[in-house]
Amino acid sequence: MTFSPELEARFAKLLTSYPAGRQRSALIPMLMYAQDEVGCVSDELIEEIAKRIGVTTLVVNEVMSYYSMLHRKPLGKYHVQVCTNISCLLNDGDKLYDHACKKLGIGHKGVTADGTFSLEEVECMGACSWAPAIQVNYDFHHFVTPEKLDQLLEGLKDGPLGGPGK
Amino acid sequence: MLFNEPSPLETKVLTRRFGLPNSASIDTYLANDGYVAFKKAAGMKPEQIIEEMKISNLRGRGGAGFPTGMKWSFVPRTSPKPKYIVVNGDESEPGTCKDRVLIENDPHQLIEGVLIAGLAVDAHAGYIYIRGEYRYLIEIMDKAIAEAYAQGWLGKNIEGTGFDFELYTHTGAGAYECGEESALLESLEGKRGIPRIRPPFPAVAGAFQCPTVLNNVETYCAVPAILRDGGAAFAALGIPKSGGTKMTCLTGHINKPGVYELKLGFPVKQMIEEVGGGIRLGRKLKAFVPGGSSCPVLTATEVEGATMDYDSMASRKTMLGSGGVIIMDDHTCMVKAALRIMRFYAHESCGWCIPCREGTTWLKKILERFHSGGGTRGDINLIGDISRNMLGRTFCPLGDAAAMPTLSIVEKFRGEFEDHLNGKPCPYEHDMVTA
Repeated sequence: MTFSPELEARFAKLLTSYPAGRQRSALIPMLMYAQDEVGCVSDELIEEIAKRIGVTTLVVNEVMSYYSMLHRKPLGKYHVQVCTNISCLLNDGDKLYDHACKKLGIGHKGVTADGTFSLEEVECMGACSWAPAIQVNYDFHHFVTPEKLDQLLEGLKDGPLGGPGK
Repeated sequence: MLFNEPSPLETKVLTRRFGLPNSASIDTYLANDGYVAFKKAAGMKPEQIIEEMKISNLRGRGGAGFPTGMKWSFVPRTSPKPKYIVVNGDESEPGTCKDRVLIENDPHQLIEGVLIAGLAVDAHAGYIYIRGEYRYLIEIMDKAIAEAYAQGWLGKNIEGTGFDFELYTHTGAGAYECGEESALLESLEGKRGIPRIRPPFPAVAGAFQCPTVLNNVETYCAVPAILRDGGAAFAALGIPKSGGTKMTCLTGHINKPGVYELKLGFPVKQMIEEVGGGIRLGRKLKAFVPGGSSCPVLTATEVEGATMDYDSMASRKTMLGSGGVIIMDDHTCMVKAALRIMRFYAHESCGWCIPCREGTTWLKKILERFHSGGGTRGDINLIGDISRNMLGRTFCPLGDAAAMPTLSIVEKFRGEFEDHLNGKPCPYEHDMVTA
């Protein structure tokens, strides 16, 4: 599998960031950064990372399945994550999530037919004082109202190519 | 950047550089007492550093409140193994968003705190574990670390002191459980975030089975001020046995939500009314959560006379916790609140301990049924029974974290559960409008 030079440089740094014989420590960061580039944790990616770290694919599968930000299937170009945990709930985060479902025509972990958007009802993301909050890929948006969400999604639909981390 | 206006009632120690131009840059840091404490600490004996930490009465700011100086003193300095400094930046206790502003606005303060911990326990490498959702903070931290290396504040022979230190960031990937120290260490080692059986504690066998100091972001961020101004000055800001300030996140039904740095012992009423501008829409307080959703809730009556510190909260059978204050007004359905809290813990339970795995799952199911009108009178006691049977019966505190708020809600707001017994969906739902 080939990756961008930036990702290869990051991998190289990660593999030397931990004590000798402890390269497995790089597993989760490598999966996270690779997912951003590849789009999801594919079978091919699992094999590649397993080979580079020196563990079996079973180990990679076992570890990745624990973490909610690692996905086996591709997400939309814009992954809309709406928090409905307690501080957001008290600020109508649940209604915001319902609105997002209707607006996008998909539900929890759904992807729109054109692959532009995916939606996820997420747990606390650390924006409790600025609730209700959402994340689109890695970007935070605070004090989101249904109207603000509509504007944001409309703007993204025709916007430049996004992608996780952008 | 700051997401809320500061309050004149704040005591700015950790946040003193917030709002300065380019506050995250090393230039701003150095121009405002940056790395002064490290230089001072480098001239001290390790036991003197730890003594200063003990004098400061700093207690762990992640939620458990363990005295930091004592924690550091448990690390066996003479061990032939390498020692590590690990920063818990997994911040995922619902209601908590303080480490985020600390890293975003002043990452060098965290680096300096880590370096001083390294001096105190003879560690020469550190890892800053930051939750995956905070990717932009990892970028800010990576930039600050690169600046520190470039200007000689990290790496070999720092500032001619002969002290070497390597520092790395490490991303999480979405798991509340990884905020628990031993699960964090498992995750750091590339495994599922399942907690470890303790003892041994991380001070003896932590990262890579080596002696490790593991503290919360806010705890490390307090260290430079303690060494710079002295432990006694820091202790004097708080109350006996708990020194300094606490980053406090006001969330929920409050007029001025935000993160504020308040002296320990700050009166709760004044915090709500003057710092937070009162309850939204002029409503009354129904329930108060002092420090993250795992704390038992307090009623408006119990909040009378309470102050934001470890002892005042303990005397009310709750905890200061992480500083994530959650304010619920008198239009809130407490069954719905309990349900949402339990949904979270059921989702995040790692599944290792049966009382937690099964307890959270069944409590979620019962509360869901209850909130939709299908509950029975017997369910009310059952919720309490299941919660009590989880308490103290798990390897890590997640089981307690799920049981404690639930138990407090069902005991203190039993009437609201009875109001749901009419076979109809939530009688409070139409009132939950917030704005």
